[in-house]
Amino acid sequence: MSALLEEYATRRPVYARLLHGDGGPTLAEHVARYGPLPPVARSTAEMLRVIEASGLTGRGGAGFPSAAKLRSVSRGSRAVVVANGVEGEPASAKDEVLMIRNPHLVLDGVEAAAAVVGAGESYVAVAGESHAVVAALEAASMERADRHPVEIVRVPDRFVSGEESALVRWLNDGRAAPTGRRPFERGVHGRPTLVQNVETLAHLALIVRYGAAWFRSAGTADEPGTALATVLGAVRTPGVVELEIGTTLGEAFDRCGGLTERIQAILVGGYFGTWIAPDLEVALSNEALRPRGASPGARTIVAFPRSVCGLAETARVARYMAGESAGQCGPCVFGLAALADALEVAAQCRGSQDDELDRISQLHAQIARRGACAHPDGTLGFVASALDVFSSEVDAHRSGHCTATRHAPVLRT
Amino acid sequence: MDGGSTAVWYLMRSTGVVSVVLLTGVMALGIATTNRWAPPSTPRFVTAALHRSISLLSVVFVGIHVVTAVVDPYAAVGVVAVVVPFVGAGNPLWVGLGAVSLDLIAALIVSSLLRRYVGYRAWRAIHWLAYMSWPLALAHGLGMGTDASSLWFPLIAIACIATVSAALAWRLSRRHHGKRLEPHVLRAAL
Amino acid sequence: MSTHLDVDPRLCDAYGYCAELLPEAIALDEWGYPVIDPGPLSDDVLADARRAASACPMLALRLRKG
Repeated sequence: MSALLEEYATRRPVYARLLHGDGGPTLAEHVARYGPLPPVARSTAEMLRVIEASGLTGRGGAGFPSAAKLRSVSRGSRAVVVANGVEGEPASAKDEVLMIRNPHLVLDGVEAAAAVVGAGESYVAVAGESHAVVAALEAASMERADRHPVEIVRVPDRFVSGEESALVRWLNDGRAAPTGRRPFERGVHGRPTLVQNVETLAHLALIVRYGAAWFRSAGTADEPGTALATVLGAVRTPGVVELEIGTTLGEAFDRCGGLTERIQAILVGGYFGTWIAPDLEVALSNEALRPRGASPGARTIVAFPRSVCGLAETARVARYMAGESAGQCGPCVFGLAALADALEVAAQCRGSQDDELDRISQLHAQIARRGACAHPDGTLGFVASALDVFSSEVDAHRSGHCTATRHAPVLRT
Repeated sequence: MDGGSTAVWYLMRSTGVVSVVLLTGVMALGIATTNRWAPPSTPRFVTAALHRSISLLSVVFVGIHVVTAVVDPYAAVGVVAVVVPFVGAGNPLWVGLGAVSLDLIAALIVSSLLRRYVGYRAWRAIHWLAYMSWPLALAHGLGMGTDASSLWFPLIAIACIATVSAALAWRLSRRHHGKRLEPHVLRAAL
Repeated sequence: MSTHLDVDPRLCDAYGYCAELLPEAIALDEWGYPVIDPGPLSDDVLADARRAASACPMLALRLRKG
């Protein structure tokens, strides 16, 4: 039994499946810790059953059942695997940390997925400016030169580059703009393409070693396993932590040194996510968040402090999101810019803001579901939940004053 | 060139002139369409529809012009020279320019009628190339109509050039600003 | 079997002909982009709908069965 497996048999809570140590293990160290990657190719049907039994879902934000994705791609021929480590969201760092600290596990996952879907061609896509990530992956890749070939591809470090269809399009014609088409039938070079988040692949690499029951030994029955979360804001040591699904937000903050001040809201799911009231007992799971109109997304969690203006931060992120539009669809390009304009006015303490709020509702109706990808709708959800959660701040600004006591930006752009 | 005074010859010359004028109209309307212009109280699709109708009308006149040029005994334009430029006996250069213009117009009309099958990108590339058909037609007309005593065609040509130049100048001064693919999604952004 | 209108927002360049030709089902937002009624097209506007789809300079408007 490997050291890790023994660790799980005896240790609770489980939070070191993916993240442990300081990173950069050699292939030998990696194999010593986890055991070798078992050969998958001979029994792909069996592997699909195991992955399905494990209940693994995508860790890139959409939470799609991984077995279903693998199965639909494996039906085609000459498939391609694309490991998505782009992490276009500026506030999220979990994929970057994973690739730096455990590159061999990610590459194991690519290899296993490629065997399951019958892919001869695999890529790992990363943001071009993440030199540490590229270095870690290249170093690991060199140690595995005799195994399944994986090409490391750099993409522009922008929000839209990590979108599944945009990433496939980048590989095809050098334009990272969403196509609105799912790549599992026709993707890279027109072939069935599996696009999977790097964290999902890392979990996959462990499931093929230890099985479905092991994976399910953490997390909840409906949402098994662990997940990486980026925790930011008013916590002592912001950063990336590995959590059992079902961990509460309060526990997540404690893992990061605890809260440093009173918080007025929690952002769950990054800039496509939802602002919720600061309830520390809420679990970071679909089950707990859905009744609050939220979902974990890619698990970027921000503990938003009382001392900073929520309206100003929302306006700042809305402006950023408007600038990150790929520029393909009119309602996104012009709508999000107008939305940012209106929010900026509302964020100033200019007295009556009724016009701006009406304007924002009107814009919401004109933008919703009129783009080719999730960018405009994700931004709308972020803004709408902000106006709801920060409604008292909105009222304060209407009366001409702001409750903030400091103006340091909390949300990274 | 001594053309004689047959009806066919006059038909060839007159349809040639009308074609150039119509093509000028097509160019101007095409520019107006791109700039999203329409006369006051007129829907914008009318500009595009007019552009399309006049281009089809010009095909009729160009067609008659070409047929009469081949049929007329004094014009001495072979059938081949009509579509393959710079072959044939009399006036190979000026006839050739007309042939190129005709080829471009033909490609334009065919690709536009079959636009759904050709696809937007191919159609647009052909459309851009076909902009050349207008100055080529003008040059062809000026080169062919070498009658020292008559100035009327050069005057018509000047009016045509003035029209398209004015349309182009207007277009450049009032560019329609739509959406554009952001530079940050392109390879250059790496 | 009903017919619906779809617009591909990536292709659409706000020419607005569709809204002029089929005001019963298409309106323009403040930036000139079409807002399309998602419901099925009634029989008396089907011909106009086809005309609107072929008038689109970008071939962004399509008719869909079902």
